[in-house]
Amino acid sequence: MIKNICNLGDAAVFCDFGSDVNETVNEYVIDYFNHLTDLVKQEQIKGITNLTPSYNKLIVSFDISIINFAKLKKIIENLNIGKYLKKDNQKIKIPVCCDIEYGLDFDRLINKFNISKNEILKFFFDKEYFCYMTGFIAGMPFLGDLDKKIRINRLETPRVKVPEGSVGITEQFANIYTSESPGGWNIIGNTPKKIFHRLNLQNPALIKPGDKVIFYQISKEEYLKFND
Amino acid sequence: MTNPYFEILRSGINTTIQDVGRNHLYHIGITVSGAIDQRNYKLANCLVNNKLNEAVIEFAYQGPLLKLKNGNSNFAITGDIFFNIIRNNSKIEEGKCYQNYNLKDGEQIDIISTKKSAYGYLAIRGGFELEKTWKSYSINTKAQIGPNNGKKYSINEKIFINDSTSENYENKKINYKDSFNNTIRVIKGTNFDYFSKEAKNIFFNQAYSVSRLVDRMGMRLDGPNLENIINTNIKSEGLIRGVIQVPADGKPIILLSDHGTIGGYPKIAVVISADLDKVAQLVPGTKIHFKEVNLEDAEKLFKDYSAETNKYLNECS
Repeated sequence: MIKNICNLGDAAVFCDFGSDVNETVNEYVIDYFNHLTDLVKQEQIKGITNLTPSYNKLIVSFDISIINFAKLKKIIENLNIGKYLKKDNQKIKIPVCCDIEYGLDFDRLINKFNISKNEILKFFFDKEYFCYMTGFIAGMPFLGDLDKKIRINRLETPRVKVPEGSVGITEQFANIYTSESPGGWNIIGNTPKKIFHRLNLQNPALIKPGDKVIFYQISKEEYLKFND
Repeated sequence: MTNPYFEILRSGINTTIQDVGRNHLYHIGITVSGAIDQRNYKLANCLVNNKLNEAVIEFAYQGPLLKLKNGNSNFAITGDIFFNIIRNNSKIEEGKCYQNYNLKDGEQIDIISTKKSAYGYLAIRGGFELEKTWKSYSINTKAQIGPNNGKKYSINEKIFINDSTSENYENKKINYKDSFNNTIRVIKGTNFDYFSKEAKNIFFNQAYSVSRLVDRMGMRLDGPNLENIINTNIKSEGLIRGVIQVPADGKPIILLSDHGTIGGYPKIAVVISADLDKVAQLVPGTKIHFKEVNLEDAEKLFKDYSAETNKYLNECS
C-alpha cells in the first residue's frame, strides 16, 4: 500500500509505495494507476494530466489551474483500492534472435558470469517476466525479474546508439529498446517484433505495466523472415 | 485551390510546431512536449485572434526565413526577437514583437535571432493546417511524434495555413514587460535529503550558470558540485517538467518540455510552475540563483502568474 504521499513540486502528487522492488509492491502501484485512469476517463476527477507508475512509485501530475495538491491527496487517500477489480493483463510472446550480430555484449557477460552463452540463454528464456513500467523512451518496457545468476550492472560507458529492437539486461531487469537510443544496458539479442507503433494511435505500446512477457529464441533466418 | 503556405527559405536551428502539449501518455513513455514558454505561445495566438490552443511555430536562437505563398495572412511574433518583414516592393520593415502584421502573397518574414532569450513564437491567423497526434500538434523530435514526421523543419519544406476568411485584420498590440530576474524559485525535491548539509547550502546560496548543454529536453548547469551522501542513483521513477535532478557528477539538470518520462537520478528540487516559462528562456552563460519557497507560496505565485498572463490576454482580446 501507499506508505507516504507528498508533493513533487506544486503540480504533482508523489505516491511512495516504499523502497522494495517486487511484483507485489508494483501490483499495488498498478492498481492505483488503473483505478485513477478510469476515474480520469469517466471524468470523475478533473485536472489530472498524467499518471506515471514505476517500480514502487506513482506520480500523479495535475493542472495547477484546475486542482491542487491538497485536494488530490485527499482523493487518492480515500480511493477504495481493496474493492477495485484487477485488470486482466495480457501475456505477450516476444521472439528474440541472439546471434552474435544482435547479442552485442555476450563476451562481457560470459566473462562476468563465467558460464557459457547457452547457459545464459537458458536462464534468460526460462523465466516469465512481469512489466513493471514503460517509459524513458516511448514504449520501452522494464521487465523483471531476471534469474539471480545473470544479473549485471550497466555498461560503464553507455552506447551512443543502441539499435531498435535490442533486448537488454541490467540488475534484476530486462528491457527492449523500442527505437534507436543511447543506452547502457547489456544487449543480449534483438527482436523483429515492433514493440512501439508510432502510427497506431489507439494502442501504440504493445507491452503495458502489469503485462506478462515470455521471450522465445529464434534463428537469424526466422528473424529476417519475421513479419508482424 | 490549395491553401496559403509558408515556404521555408532558411530553416533556423530548431524550428518546430508546438501547442499546449500532450497529456495522459507519460505511462507509455511519451512526454508532454508543447511550447516551452507557454505564456508567449498563448500571447502569439491571441494577437492574431486565434484560439489560445492553436498550433504555432516555435524557434530558438536563429529563426527561419519564411515566404508566404498562395494567399494573404496576418501574423504576430512573441518573445525577445529581432526580425524583419521583407515586403513585395523589396522594402525591409523592421518587425516589432507583441503586435500583429498583415502579410501579402510573396512577402517574407526573416526571423534573424532571439535577443536575450532562447525561444520565440510565430502565430498565423487561423493556425496551421496540420493533423494532431494524440490530441496535440506538438513536434517531439526525440520520439519523432507530431507534424512533419516529428522532425524539425528544413529548407524548402512547406507549412500549410488554414485559410482565414477575413481580409480585414484589426490591429492588436500588447504592452509586454519582460519580468526577467535571475532568481528561480523551487520547492525541495523528494530526494533533498540525499545531499550533504554543505550541498544543500551551496544549492541555495551559490550561483549556477546555464551551460551550453541545453535543448528542449533539459538544461545542464555549471557550478559547484553537489555532494550526494546516500546514493547517486535511485530506482527509476516518474519525472515532470521542472524537476532538478543531480547525476553522479554533481551538476544539476533542469528538466524541460521534452524530458524523459522516467529516470533514476535523485531530485534535489522542482521549479515552481510560475517560473517554468522563465527558466526555459535562459540562454547559456546566464547566472541564476535558486530560492526555496513552500507549496502554499508556490500556489499563490502561480495565481499571480496566471493573473499577469490574463492581463496581457485582455489587452489584445
